Amino acid sequence: MYLQAKRLYKLALSPVLLLLSFLSTGAWAEEAQRWQMNMSPGVTEVGAEIYGLHMIVFWICVVIGVLTFGAMFYSVFAHRKSKGVKAATFHESTTIEIAWTIVPFVILIVMAFPATTTLLKVYDFDDSDLDILVTGYQWKWKYEYIDEAGENVVFFSNLRTNNTEIYNEDEKGEHYLREVDEPVVLPVNKKVRLLITANDVIHAWWVPALAVKKDAIPGFINESWTKPLVTGVYRGQCAELCGRLHGYMPIVVNVVEEDEYNAWLAEKKGKASEIKALMDKNFSLDEQMASGKPVYEQYCAACHGVNGEGGVGKAIAGSSYATGDVKAHIGMGVNGVAGTAMQAFGAQLNDVDMSAVITYQRNAFGNNMGDIVQPIDVYNFKQGQ
Amino acid sequence: MGAHGPATKGLMRWVTTTNHKDIGTMYLWFSFAMFILGGSFAMIIRAELFQPGLQIVEPEFFNQMTTMHGLVMVFGAIMPSFVGLANWMIPMMIGAPDMALPRLNNFSFWILPPTFLLLASTLFMDGGAPNFGWTFYAPLSTTYAPDTVTFFIFGVHLMGLSSIMGSINIIATVVNLRAPGMTYMKMPMFVWTWLITAFLLVAVMPVLAGLVTMMLMDVHFGTSFFSAAGGGDPVLFQHIFWFFGHPEVYIIILPAFGVVSQIIPTFARKPLFGYDSMVYATASIAFLSFIVWAHHMYTVGMPIAGELFFMYATMLIAVPTGVKVFNWITTMWQGSMTFETPMLFAIGFVFLFTIGGFTGVMLSLAPVDFQYHDSYFVVAHFHYVMVAGAVFSMSGAVYYWLPKWCGRKYNETMGKAHFWISFIGFNLTFFPQHFLGLAGMPRRIPDYALQFTDFNTMSSIGAFIYGASQILFLFNVVRTIVSGEKTSEEKTWEGAEGLEWTVATPAPYHTFSTPPNVK
Repeated sequence: MYLQAKRLYKLALSPVLLLLSFLSTGAWAEEAQRWQMNMSPGVTEVGAEIYGLHMIVFWICVVIGVLTFGAMFYSVFAHRKSKGVKAATFHESTTIEIAWTIVPFVILIVMAFPATTTLLKVYDFDDSDLDILVTGYQWKWKYEYIDEAGENVVFFSNLRTNNTEIYNEDEKGEHYLREVDEPVVLPVNKKVRLLITANDVIHAWWVPALAVKKDAIPGFINESWTKPLVTGVYRGQCAELCGRLHGYMPIVVNVVEEDEYNAWLAEKKGKASEIKALMDKNFSLDEQMASGKPVYEQYCAACHGVNGEGGVGKAIAGSSYATGDVKAHIGMGVNGVAGTAMQAFGAQLNDVDMSAVITYQRNAFGNNMGDIVQPIDVYNFKQGQ
Repeated sequence: MGAHGPATKGLMRWVTTTNHKDIGTMYLWFSFAMFILGGSFAMIIRAELFQPGLQIVEPEFFNQMTTMHGLVMVFGAIMPSFVGLANWMIPMMIGAPDMALPRLNNFSFWILPPTFLLLASTLFMDGGAPNFGWTFYAPLSTTYAPDTVTFFIFGVHLMGLSSIMGSINIIATVVNLRAPGMTYMKMPMFVWTWLITAFLLVAVMPVLAGLVTMMLMDVHFGTSFFSAAGGGDPVLFQHIFWFFGHPEVYIIILPAFGVVSQIIPTFARKPLFGYDSMVYATASIAFLSFIVWAHHMYTVGMPIAGELFFMYATMLIAVPTGVKVFNWITTMWQGSMTFETPMLFAIGFVFLFTIGGFTGVMLSLAPVDFQYHDSYFVVAHFHYVMVAGAVFSMSGAVYYWLPKWCGRKYNETMGKAHFWISFIGFNLTFFPQHFLGLAGMPRRIPDYALQFTDFNTMSSIGAFIYGASQILFLFNVVRTIVSGEKTSEEKTWEGAEGLEWTVATPAPYHTFSTPPNVK
């Protein structure tokens, strides 16, 4: 009740806030805030330039608006029949028509110069320090740090907000809908080139503070770049309608000092080589069950239930896949079912995790099939398709 | 009844009629029904966005609502409403006895109700209604579309057919049936704007038909026009769509310009300032509309030369549009103005449409558009143009000509109340959306981050107010038709000029059976 009242009170105050916000333009934090009314200059040089251009054009429009509407409202108040005004009869003047054709034209030329120079900067993709391939999926992002030695770091970035928050059962966290399980990590003061594409439909990668918005189009690789000058966490989301969960595809970018970035990258590469080393290992049932459980809880439980009882998705307990042919079960995990909520996890989970979670599904919840899926089985299945 | 009234009575009168007034009336009522339908979709959207989280609908249904809202409003409400106005007014304004092709006229109207019934019925089908946005970008609308996409494609074909026939009729009427002495440069502005609009329609509706046919082939016959996996190109879809889509925007707004150019001189009691330049400006806007389409696609990754060309061309639109606004204001200047409801809507139009024009100039600048694109800033921009532009002028037109149509006066107090409630509700809905977009809220999302809460709540409250004001509009119109104060003055408005004000009130079933002489 109190919160509701406070909100309404703020709503009533909003015209005052509006005025204040225009007086204090330029003082924005890099992250979107409540009652934010203007674009943020962000944390890049290009972003600041775009913001400057936005403000120039805004003020030009304000001035033209004040003059035009000023004339109109003066006329509305002064030239009334009720004041006994007799209508004039003029209705043509070539001079005036030419004047108000040429003056706006000149103003537009004035705007076109800074717009062109800024655009040229946005399109300067050369000399990047780091290249990242960004791929849009329904409904998550994949990031691939391109390494000259071929040791690319690849990971998916999923929405972390719980369904209970979305459906108003739990209180919403501070970064509701703009939090992910694995953020993109960028070094500060480095020019990062983003190669943007998509796997299924068109998405768009947008982080306002980094001044990047570019469509991710299947079959095309678009270029964009950014050079964040300040460390911090910057948030954005998919900007092109991409289906059911378009609103649930956040982007979180963590800009850190170079040392921290290098350490992070090294850790990621270390993990990748660990997984490579595990590929030809034979795991015991207990091992697979132990490592499969957390994977299940992270990726499967939301739809299939913590105890495999089902929910949005079908029950795993006693399911014909989990108690049937192993290959069909692997196929379900790798490819999903087109047109349903069951996604293809083949690219998202590595073969080690995939083998563990399938083993877990086949042996937990009373399924007790007793068989063990090994990483190499998943690998062979993928090769075989 | 013979030559004086409809040949048949009851339902068959409306089914078989070839009378331009009957058909105009049907178009107007149909478009109002669609306005209410599309409006109720908008109410669902705004109710869901009232606060963060999912309360009322699921994301899947939300996407169907945004899609259907756009389709119904553009193709069902705004376009047919201006065709209805054209049907009623163009023959009366140029001194013609009827439209040039009356049977075609009947057919082009009667295609519409089944088409929209078909489209609306998809809401109840398996898989739900189209959910890919009114811009239906491939491959979301092809490879990933619900099955109902086929009904959507058929529906678009039918709407296109109706529009093309309607516009051919308007062109034929204006070119051939002007009264003796009515030269092109003596035609009322409304007729001029519609003539130009009709040419735009004939030019771009076939492009849209081609586009949906290519989609049909992709969906059902294994082609890959828009699928990169098969050698096609999803960006090609957008180029074709916006080659139709941008002129489409002017198809909607030009007749609105025409209406305002009729209303303002009447209530300023002063002739339209700069008639000739208004005609040239309209023609320039129509020409420019064909070479600016890719400004809807600044973020698809066009080469820089393309970006620059479309940016410069788009900025140019501000020139003729500015000329029109300046001419309207100069028409008011030193007039002897009164402020009946039609004039309020016309002034509201000039004010709010110009704000939409300003944000249009901002959006035209490609580098800044990288921040605006697909955000609520765009939503705010085009609603200032579509609602405060097209819908306000249409509301003004109804009040302006209603006494002539039915020989009864509407209630002025209620009309003014309708204007002011609409004006406040509209601005409360859409002005905060500029802020939302600038702060980073993308369009077409059913749920949002917490910092967007307050302006969304405001916007939803505004939307409910605006929606409610339309019920007042309906009530006022129905009350006028049923029991409004009778009038038989030929000239409803003191300052009104033009042939439509020389016929009897209410306008008889057949007017200008012998052409008037225009000096």
